[in-house]
Amino acid sequence: MRNWLPFDLRRRGLLGAGLLAAGGAALSGREAFGQSTHPAGHGGGTAQSAAKAGVPAHRAAHGAMITTGEVDDVRNGFDPTAMLTDWDTGKVSTLPDGRRLRTFEVTAEDKEIEIAPGVMFPAWTFNGRVPGPALRAIEGEQLRIVFRNYGSHPHTMHFHGIHAARMDGIPGAGLIGPGEEFVYEFEAKPFGCHLYHCHALPLARHIHKGMYGLFVVDPDPERHPDFEDVARSRLLGTPENARWQELAMVMNAFDTTFDGENEFYACNTIAHCYAKKPIRIEKNRPVRVYLVNITEFDPINSFHLHANFFDYYDQGTTLTPTLKTVDVIMQCQAQRGILEFTFADHEPGLYMFHAHQSEFTELGWMGMFDVVEAVS
Amino acid sequence: MNEDLTTDPSAVPVTPPKGSSWLSAIWVILPLAVLTVAIWWLIATNPLARFDNGAPPLESLTVERTILDLNGLRLLVRAGGSEPMIIAQIQVDAAYWEFVQEPSGPIARGETAWVSLPFPWVTGEAHRVTFVTNTGATFDHAIPVAVATPSVTSGNLVSQAILGAFVGILPVAVGVMFYPALRGAGPSTMEFLLAMTVGLLGFLIVDTLEDSLEFASQAAAIFQGQAMVVLTAAASFLILMAVSRRQGSPTGLALATYISLGIGLHNLGEGLAIGAAFAAGAAGLGTFLVIGFTLHNITEGIGIAAPILKVRPPLWTFAALALLAGGPAVVGIWIGSLAYAPQWSALALAIGAGAILQVIFEVSALLVRRSGGDSARLGSMPVMAGLAVGVGFMYLTAMLVKI
Repeated sequence: MRNWLPFDLRRRGLLGAGLLAAGGAALSGREAFGQSTHPAGHGGGTAQSAAKAGVPAHRAAHGAMITTGEVDDVRNGFDPTAMLTDWDTGKVSTLPDGRRLRTFEVTAEDKEIEIAPGVMFPAWTFNGRVPGPALRAIEGEQLRIVFRNYGSHPHTMHFHGIHAARMDGIPGAGLIGPGEEFVYEFEAKPFGCHLYHCHALPLARHIHKGMYGLFVVDPDPERHPDFEDVARSRLLGTPENARWQELAMVMNAFDTTFDGENEFYACNTIAHCYAKKPIRIEKNRPVRVYLVNITEFDPINSFHLHANFFDYYDQGTTLTPTLKTVDVIMQCQAQRGILEFTFADHEPGLYMFHAHQSEFTELGWMGMFDVVEAVS
Repeated sequence: MNEDLTTDPSAVPVTPPKGSSWLSAIWVILPLAVLTVAIWWLIATNPLARFDNGAPPLESLTVERTILDLNGLRLLVRAGGSEPMIIAQIQVDAAYWEFVQEPSGPIARGETAWVSLPFPWVTGEAHRVTFVTNTGATFDHAIPVAVATPSVTSGNLVSQAILGAFVGILPVAVGVMFYPALRGAGPSTMEFLLAMTVGLLGFLIVDTLEDSLEFASQAAAIFQGQAMVVLTAAASFLILMAVSRRQGSPTGLALATYISLGIGLHNLGEGLAIGAAFAAGAAGLGTFLVIGFTLHNITEGIGIAAPILKVRPPLWTFAALALLAGGPAVVGIWIGSLAYAPQWSALALAIGAGAILQVIFEVSALLVRRSGGDSARLGSMPVMAGLAVGVGFMYLTAMLVKI
C-alpha cells in the first residue's frame, strides 16, 4: 500500500490537484520554515549555539556542523597541534670524508588510533603516529634511515627523492617482513618539500592505513648564492628561519568501511582538529606551510586560505614561487608544496582554511588560524 | 539414583507410583541444571576463545522513527549488534553534524535511543543520514522527501479524519446502502453476492499480507519480520475462529460483524500506510486518488450487507457496521502519520490478515451450507461469476490508486 501513494517527482503535479486532507495545512505552513530558518554562514545550528552561553568563538563559523566530542590525544600518543611543529631532525654525525651524516630511526607498528571523536581505525603507522614523523634534513647531507618492521605485514619506506634503485623502498629493494630491519642510505637531494610512504603491495591499502609522512630537505644557502637569504630563511635553525612560523600539514583521509570511499577527511589525521583548536598565529611573523596530499581514493585534494593570498612553491624545489598570489591550490596524491603568507596587515581573528572540495571540508578537513597580536 | 527409570523404559509405570510428583520434579530440575552448568562453564572458561579471530563485532542499526520539525531531525534507532553499539558520529548529506543521544552511551542489543541533530532540512528535498559507529562501520538512512512530521493538533486530527472518512467510512456506508435494493435477491443472486464477498476478501488478504511483509522488512532484524507476520496472522485467525465458533458457525448479523471486523482491520492498515506516507513526505494525495480509494472500498459495504439480507436488523446496526469497517481507517491515519515504527504497522496488518482469513472461511462455509453439500452448485455460474467480479473489481479499482 505504500506504493499506492505518489512519491518524489510526481508528487508536485498531484499536489496541485490535491485534496491535501491531512498534511495540507502542515505542509504549506512549513514551506516557509524550510527556507527561512537557515542562518547565514556554514551552519544551521548557529541560532542554537549562539544561544548557549560560553560557546567557543570558532563555533560561530561552523555552528553545529562538526564532529561531536573530543579525541583522546593521550591514548593516540600524538597531538595534532604539536605535530604541526614537531620536526624529526634525527642524529647528526660526521663521516670520515668530512660530510655530514644524518641518521633517522623509524619503526613500523600496527596501532589502533582514534581518527575522529569515538571512531577507532586499525592503522599501520611509522613511529606510532599518523602521519609518520616529519623528517627534516639539509641538502647534500648523507642520510641513513634505520627502518625496523614491528608490524604484522611487510613494509617499506619509499622516499620521493633522488637515490639508487636498490634504495627505492619497493618490493625487491628494501621491502622487509615483520621483525626485520633495513637501512636506506642516500644523499638528501633535491631540496624541497617531499614525502615518504610505504610502497608494499597492495599499495592503496598500505598508504590509506596510515603509512606516510613529510620529508623536507632544506636548501643549503652556500649552494644558492643568488638566493642566499631565501635559502637561509628555509634552513631550520637559522635566525632568519626562526621568525617564520612553520607548519607541517599532511592532507589525509580514512575509509573506515573499506569500501573505497573515505568517511573522514583531515589535515594531520584528526577530523576537525584545527577547527576545534585553532592554530595560533602571531600576526607579525610570516607563515610557511609544508603541505602534502596523501589522500587515497580521491584523485585530488586542495587547500584554500580565507581572506588572504599566498605564494606557492610546487614541490618546494625552487627558491622563487611557482605560483604567486593565489588563495587555492590543488594537489594530486603525493603532490606537495610550500605555502608562504602573512597576516601582518590583517585584523586579529579567526581565519578559516580548508579543502575547497566542500565534501572533504564537511567530512572533517577544515581548520582555523587564530591570528593574534604579537606577544612581546 | 534414578538408574532403573533411565535404563529400562518398561519400568515407566502405567499408574503413577507413590512419590512420582517428586520424581518428575527431579526430571524438570535436572535438564535445567545441566543447561545452567553448561552456560556457567561457557562464560567462566571461555572455551570458544579460539573462535575470536580479531574480527570486529557484528553491528546492525535500524531507524524506526524519523521526526522532522523546527529543531531539525530526531531519529529513533534500534541497535541489533552482537555487542552494545556506540554511535560515534553522524553525517547528514556527507557532512558531520553535532548530535545528542538520549539515553547516551552504548546501545545494547534490542535497545533503542533517540538521536537529535540541529540539521536545517529543506522542504521537499531528499536527505541521507549516515551513522558512524566506533568501529568505523556506517549505516545509511534515507529521507526521500523531507516534510515536517505532522504533529498532534486538533486541525491535523480533523483533516486526517476527513480523509479517513473518505477512504474508509464513506465507501462502506455507500455499499451498505445497497441493502434495500438487494433484499429481494433470489438464491442465485445471494450466492453471487456471497461469492463476490469471498472474492474481494481474497484480494484484500493478498494485499494485506503483502503490505504487512513490506513493513516487516523495514523493521529491525531482531523482530524477525516474516515469522512475526505469519505467526500473528495465524494466531489472529485461530483466536477469531475459536471466539466466533463458540455458538456454532456465525450467520446473519454475527457473520456481518466479523466481516466488518476483518475489513476494519484491513482499513486500519490502509490508514496506517496513508499516514506513514504523510510522515515520509509522500503525501500528495490528489482528489483522483481519494476517489480511487472510495470506489475501491465500495464492494466492502456490499460484502457486509450480504449475510444480513434475510434478517431485518435495526437501523443503527448498519451505522455500527459501517463504522466498525471504515472507522479504523481514521485511527490508522492518525497513528501512521506520527511515524511509528514499522513493526507495529506490520503487526496490525498481520492481525488484519488473520481476521480476513477467518471471514473468508466463514463466508465460504455459509456458501457450502447453502449448497447443501452439492459441489456442482458450488461450481455454478453465480458462484464463479461472483468470485470473478469480487476479485476483478478490486483489482481494477486498485489500478486507480497504485502508483
